Amino acid sequence: MSHDTGATDAAEVGADDAGGGGPLLAVRDLAVEFRTREGTARAVNGVSYCVDSGETLAVLGESGSGKSVTAQAIMGILDTPPGRVAAGRVLFRGRDLLTAPEEERRRLRGERMAMIFQDALSSLNPVLSVGYQLGEMFRVHRGASRREARERAVDLMERVRIPAARERVNDYPHQFSGGMRQRIMIAMALALEPDLIIADEPTTALDVTVQAQVMELLAELQREFHMGLILITHDLGVVADVADRIAVMYAGRIVETAPVKELYAAPAHPYTKGLLESIPRLDHKGKELYAIQGLPPSLTALPSGCSFHPRCPLATERCTTERPPLHPVLDASEAPVAGRGSACHYWKETLHG
Amino acid sequence: MAETAREPILEVRHLVKHFPLTRGVLFKRQVGAVKAVDDISFELFRGETLGIVGESGCGKSTVAKLLMNLEQPTSGEILYKGEDITKLSGRALKAVRRNIQMVFQDPYTSLNPRMTVGDIIGEPFEIHPEAAPKGDRRAKVRELLDVVGLNPEYINRYPHQFSGGQRQRIGIARGLALNPEIIICDEPVSALDVSVQAQVINLMERLQDEFGLSYMMIAHDLSVVRHISDRVGVMYLGKIVEIGTDREIYEHPTHPYTQALLSAVPVPDPELRGRRERIILHGDVPSPTNPPSGCHFRTRCWKARERCAVEEPPLAVPEGFEEVEGPARHPSACHFAEEKTRVSGA
Repeated sequence: MSHDTGATDAAEVGADDAGGGGPLLAVRDLAVEFRTREGTARAVNGVSYCVDSGETLAVLGESGSGKSVTAQAIMGILDTPPGRVAAGRVLFRGRDLLTAPEEERRRLRGERMAMIFQDALSSLNPVLSVGYQLGEMFRVHRGASRREARERAVDLMERVRIPAARERVNDYPHQFSGGMRQRIMIAMALALEPDLIIADEPTTALDVTVQAQVMELLAELQREFHMGLILITHDLGVVADVADRIAVMYAGRIVETAPVKELYAAPAHPYTKGLLESIPRLDHKGKELYAIQGLPPSLTALPSGCSFHPRCPLATERCTTERPPLHPVLDASEAPVAGRGSACHYWKETLHG
Repeated sequence: MAETAREPILEVRHLVKHFPLTRGVLFKRQVGAVKAVDDISFELFRGETLGIVGESGCGKSTVAKLLMNLEQPTSGEILYKGEDITKLSGRALKAVRRNIQMVFQDPYTSLNPRMTVGDIIGEPFEIHPEAAPKGDRRAKVRELLDVVGLNPEYINRYPHQFSGGQRQRIGIARGLALNPEIIICDEPVSALDVSVQAQVINLMERLQDEFGLSYMMIAHDLSVVRHISDRVGVMYLGKIVEIGTDREIYEHPTHPYTQALLSAVPVPDPELRGRRERIILHGDVPSPTNPPSGCHFRTRCWKARERCAVEEPPLAVPEGFEEVEGPARHPSACHFAEEKTRVSGA
């Protein structure tokens, strides 16, 4: 975790340009649109974030906030059409992926960057054995023979602690439990030891005891391979447990970015603050929970100014007309806090109020 | 709601539900059974909220279906005001059903997309015409929409025109239509966005106070259950392993499964990272077709000894806790129950 200090440009908040070579992955002003019958849905509107090797960035947001679409654009698996990257750059070790030829991107996927999906049952092919699917990585990218690939598949299954891996390598996805399927997905993403893993809600479909197993495994493997990890989730508990830095998304924009401890201790955006306050806590027992009023906006008709203003308790006239940039967050002595930014005109009031 | 009179409105005694597994087409023979609910007993008091927590496959949704009389139990009794509803049929069953309603998990599939909101919420009146005279029904539906915080003007809209949180409000309004005494909620907020969950939880609490409802709250989110429940039961593989007030279960759990479950819940406080004790259970929940002998939890338990394999622990105040005063003294089905006070915000 190292950050440049004094970042004033909104796009650079949280970026690491000081440490030689730049970050592992940097997303710059990414915008993604979908053509729908109701008009153009602006799913992502100028998102910038970056991840370093060995670092965990949590992208936190509700459904429809654009967190998964951003990940799909990074991986190059966006459905086009109806989706379209309207603007921005995705720099992987300094190379812009969005302008790279498809063949090059295909080689990078799996080899250098990989993705773990939420629903393992629908992400694995039901008519192929898990051994075949795991081995495919080695056959396609490394030109391994079938026997070799099978051996590597067994190794991988052992790595992610699937009991009796050798006997189960020819089993089909439906023969495994939910937790084991998710571990097979992780094994597949890790197969070629990529530099970057994007995990899209990796444990949402799992029970808490299994979720704990899977998150522990993921963290352990990340440490071992020194990978960058983008964890996409809506679970504030999981984020507090594993993230180094957090980017909070709302209606296709990053509204707050901060190191994990600072964000939980003192949120600087009313949306983040509302989310944290709406968690049921011990001392609120029997009392009414704080609830953010209203509903997330429709992406085809985003509110003017700050997208959060119709639900915000602090909203004023200014919020309806002027869209707040990602302001650097300053501490009591007016010095910028490393890696902190808030897209709110009233971040000061939110932070101290 | 601690001051409510302790009058059980629902009593469940030795409830069992086994789903038979058969083989053969013409000559079906039973080769086994999925023991979804395996001898559970509990009470639901008037005006209280009983939370049932457990992992998927533990049988908590089957319990809900049995209470609704949507499934016939293999054995056991469900007493509603002293009357066994599992034996009822016809008119008598219909009368009881009016008082026990349900709110479902998925607000996207539990509302008929071809019916207007007015028809959905008014449908219970078709089945129970005595609840509202015909001319009054539209007015009644508008009133219900207002009660759950929706604009009564929306009465002619279709479900797809609403967001997830609004649809769940429609589902709640339907559940309330007949003025029931008990509402069984199967994961009522888990399909909703985080910022909307709090709205729905607040609504349900307000309605409980307003109408004196008893809730049976089935959920896997332990912090939500803690927030709204007066008592909590923990289920594992078809059995209740521990039951008590929210404080007894969350702060003084004595069953190892409850302890592991609570320690696995991620706490939204990064300061506690690495500082709290985590019990990571190994392996998966065994198949309910062939549950382990003795204590069902022993295959994943770090305390398991020989006794656990042969002798099934009863759900009662464990040995050694009979004399203890305070919250550790509550029913827990473990031979080696031990108190563990945890650092957790769940």
